Amino acid sequence: MRRRALILAIVLLTGGAWPAAAERLVVSLSNHRVSVTSSFTGEDLVLFGTIEPDQPRTALRPPYNLVITVTGPPETMRTRRKERVLGIWVNMDSREFVRVPSYLSVLSNRPVGEIAAPEVLRRLQIGLDNFLLPQRIGPDIADTVRDDPFRVAFLQLETQHGLYRQSSTAVTYLTPTVFRAAIPLPANVPTGNYAIDVKLFADGALVARTNTALEVIKAGFEQYVADAARDHGLLYGLLTALMALLTGWFASVVFRKD
Amino acid sequence: MQIYLPIADLPVNIFLVLGMGLAVGFISGMFGIGGGFLMTPLLIFIGISPAVAVASVSSHIAASSFTGAITYWRKRALDTALAMMLLSAGIVGTACGVWLFTVLRSLDQLDLMIGLSYVTLLTAVGVTMIYESVQAELRTRKGMPATLRRPGSHTWLHGLPFKLRFKRSKIYVSAIPVWAIGFIIGFVGAIMGIGGGFLLVPMLIYFLRVPTATVIGTSMVLTLITMASATVMHAATNHLVDAVLALILMVGGVIGAQFGARTGARMRGERLRLLLGLLVFAVGLRFAYELVVQPDDLFSLRHVGSG
Repeated sequence: MRRRALILAIVLLTGGAWPAAAERLVVSLSNHRVSVTSSFTGEDLVLFGTIEPDQPRTALRPPYNLVITVTGPPETMRTRRKERVLGIWVNMDSREFVRVPSYLSVLSNRPVGEIAAPEVLRRLQIGLDNFLLPQRIGPDIADTVRDDPFRVAFLQLETQHGLYRQSSTAVTYLTPTVFRAAIPLPANVPTGNYAIDVKLFADGALVARTNTALEVIKAGFEQYVADAARDHGLLYGLLTALMALLTGWFASVVFRKD
Repeated sequence: MQIYLPIADLPVNIFLVLGMGLAVGFISGMFGIGGGFLMTPLLIFIGISPAVAVASVSSHIAASSFTGAITYWRKRALDTALAMMLLSAGIVGTACGVWLFTVLRSLDQLDLMIGLSYVTLLTAVGVTMIYESVQAELRTRKGMPATLRRPGSHTWLHGLPFKLRFKRSKIYVSAIPVWAIGFIIGFVGAIMGIGGGFLLVPMLIYFLRVPTATVIGTSMVLTLITMASATVMHAATNHLVDAVLALILMVGGVIGAQFGARTGARMRGERLRLLLGLLVFAVGLRFAYELVVQPDDLFSLRHVGSG
């Protein structure tokens, strides 16, 4: 929370402050809590929203462009690179990505490159290429250039796993001021709190911004098992071993020939 | 039908996993082995991380070897004293294996180590088994009796001190090789997610001259206890045992094993060993291929921590 406030403050201080607002965004999410149960195979959330004049009788100025950035709980990941050593492929070099989103979706109604100028996109961290992905480099933590091989590989692997994505067709307009966006959550979606940041652009400038949130929780049996494994490892192991013995004993009783 | 695995953190098709359990169970029943060396690679192949696969398979092997051990116990075909002796070293080996597993995981070299161990062990054991069974086959063709146990033939192993007598197996050997074998099996099992039955049985026969009557039952008791303790240790230290995955595998495994055992009973010993040797060798080659051929993606990701 403090971090988000900090980013907001930086954005405000560095001239990201949007002009005297003429528009206002009102958004609503189809579901604020997603439960991952044993039958969970992914889910599409729908975000509806309207663009309204901030004060009555202010004229709206379509066309508008929208960028919705959904970020999952932070996690630290290591990207490893294999190299050939004595004929076999071995993990040699690795980089740590510190507190990066475990899930990141950048959804827009058209390619982000067409929505605003590159420096605006960079300042507002819009798009996978512009999102801040801090790496631990020696004692420092910093983002690298966007064509750094580890950064490229990290984005590519996360995209392959369905956890990172950028879509320029996910936001559709129902009328020039009413829109809907599909937020895809894959089956392996991490649990935790998600932040949804909706930015409205007109003529390449940010004109309105709003936030909402959602929560992904493991529900029922899965949660119970995962918690038990993490918090009571020894007991969990003993129970699993006992379960193995019971299964084995049961089979020998059922299939006994004499 | 998809089911979500809580520790592996991914959904799998329950029938696919059950089918794998059945198939591996069939093979394990047929050859009298745990089948971990087949199950672990299969799980890795369907996308479960090697670490979770190794840790979860240990409980699956515990279940199938318990079924086997009960059967041999009823037939009084196991040497409890020998099993206990092997075991005392086996547990130490398992603890060392789990410790090394944890260290390698933090160094990002666990997958490599698992791969290398599979290549070395499986190709070596596979080649030995193929060679030995072809020799036996040739000997029977020539009308010579194939004997594995040659009473009275002593090796340097029999000259070692701390001799012990194992009544049921009718052997009188030093405690040192018994301990060494137990330790190796426990250690290798914890790292590779294998029970080690396919290693232990030949070792007991060739090095300790344990008679065939008690060897499989004894090996199953050892496998049972090392794998059950590996399950507990992996769960307590690495939190990687997926109980849901293990349960599905167990159910498939114990059923498959019953049918496998019936098929195996109808085949000749040498033929079985040749088949098993070929299977072991093929899995070894598969791992070698993976290590040598350039991977599709040189990069891989690993979760280091939340926050």
